[in-house]
Amino acid sequence: MTAALPLSLEVNGERVETQVLPRTHLADFLREQLKLTGTHIGCEHGVCGACTVRVNGEIVRSCLMLAIQANGASVETIEGLSDNGEIADLQAAFRERNALQCGFCTPAMLITAHDLLANDPEPDRAAIREHLSGNYCRCTGYHAIIDAVEATAKSRRMAKP
Amino acid sequence: MKAAAFAYTRATSVANAVALLARHGERAKVLSGGQSLMPAMNLRLVAPELIVDIGSLDELRAITTREGILSIGALTRQADLQTHPEIAARAPLLKQAIAHIAHPAIRNRGTIGGSLAHADPAAELPACVIALDATIVARGEGGERRIPAQSLFTGIYETALSPHELLVAIEVPLGPKKSAHFFGEFARRRGDFAIVGLAAQAVVENERLADFRPVFFGIGDRPILAASAAGLIGRAVTPEAVLAASQALGRELDPPEDQTASGAMRRHLAKILLTRCVSELLGRPDLKTEGA
Repeated sequence: MTAALPLSLEVNGERVETQVLPRTHLADFLREQLKLTGTHIGCEHGVCGACTVRVNGEIVRSCLMLAIQANGASVETIEGLSDNGEIADLQAAFRERNALQCGFCTPAMLITAHDLLANDPEPDRAAIREHLSGNYCRCTGYHAIIDAVEATAKSRRMAKP
Repeated sequence: MKAAAFAYTRATSVANAVALLARHGERAKVLSGGQSLMPAMNLRLVAPELIVDIGSLDELRAITTREGILSIGALTRQADLQTHPEIAARAPLLKQAIAHIAHPAIRNRGTIGGSLAHADPAAELPACVIALDATIVARGEGGERRIPAQSLFTGIYETALSPHELLVAIEVPLGPKKSAHFFGEFARRRGDFAIVGLAAQAVVENERLADFRPVFFGIGDRPILAASAAGLIGRAVTPEAVLAASQALGRELDPPEDQTASGAMRRHLAKILLTRCVSELLGRPDLKTEGA
């Protein structure tokens, strides 16, 4: 029974039909079987947030979810959100404000920040901090990250009168 | 690290899940949101032979109110508790507590049943269900059993549930209209486990506490309903009475020491939380003493 099980899901809009071992978590599945290496693995026990992806539109820790639990789900990774242009303005703001140094935490920071802006178009700095509190940046560039998220929120509001 | 190999099965109904647990007992683990079980498995603290995934049992997701009882399905996610209007209206203590549990990405998967069955002594929801005087519904092959929340937690990660039982619902008795609540927590960082926390439910009548259930967490091997606060019930509360209750609390608690805080610091913070709680419940800023 520890053998591979059939898995059917959608990843970045594409149908994936494959087999997976029960013990494989979603982050390893995305990285190793689908070669989507933008999802990073830091602590592998839910603390660092580097593995954040979207499952059925909601952010989750992909190291704390078995790939098999995503059966029938729609998964979106940083590759999908980059390619479809959904977060292009947020990415530009990160670049402009030097909101990344080594870049390891950046994909998950972008996904988490985008999740905040989708639900709260006018977050203050405290709300941004609160929403990003589960994402570690070990270069400690937090202020620049919050600046970038705040600037994106502002520019999105101006674009939508 | 990665979890050790295990077999996986997706339960098709509560009866099916219970039958699987009856057959496999301690060799099996129930997977709901996985936000406590998955870290423990990845760290190889637990290595079950079989995972029984109850994630697709929609029958365990309902939030309903009938005959004075708010029933919360075990698979209700923390994110749902935070946003559900019934919870906000009938058990606002839960809504307030959720904001202190981990982070949004974790609350999107973590469930109330999972949190209670995991029984981390520093977790928020176990303390809340005791403060709310809730009843835990467990189902086994012999049928359903109702466990008072106060009797559910028996030690660190230990509960009164048998390996053959599935926690299916939480029943919260709906209090009188004048019920009030307080939630406070000290943690190193928002979302971290509590150094000390306090979840309290009360009934306030004529500026007195007609009922008061303060439950401390992060302060022992299980959440503790503070007996020493009973002296504040049904009387005019003075700063002296609050001081006496907080001193009695200090004697009642025997908090552990770990890397985040000494026992003495935990005791001190617990006394501060009790003082803040009583002051806030009664709307009496004058009751705050001792730097609270």
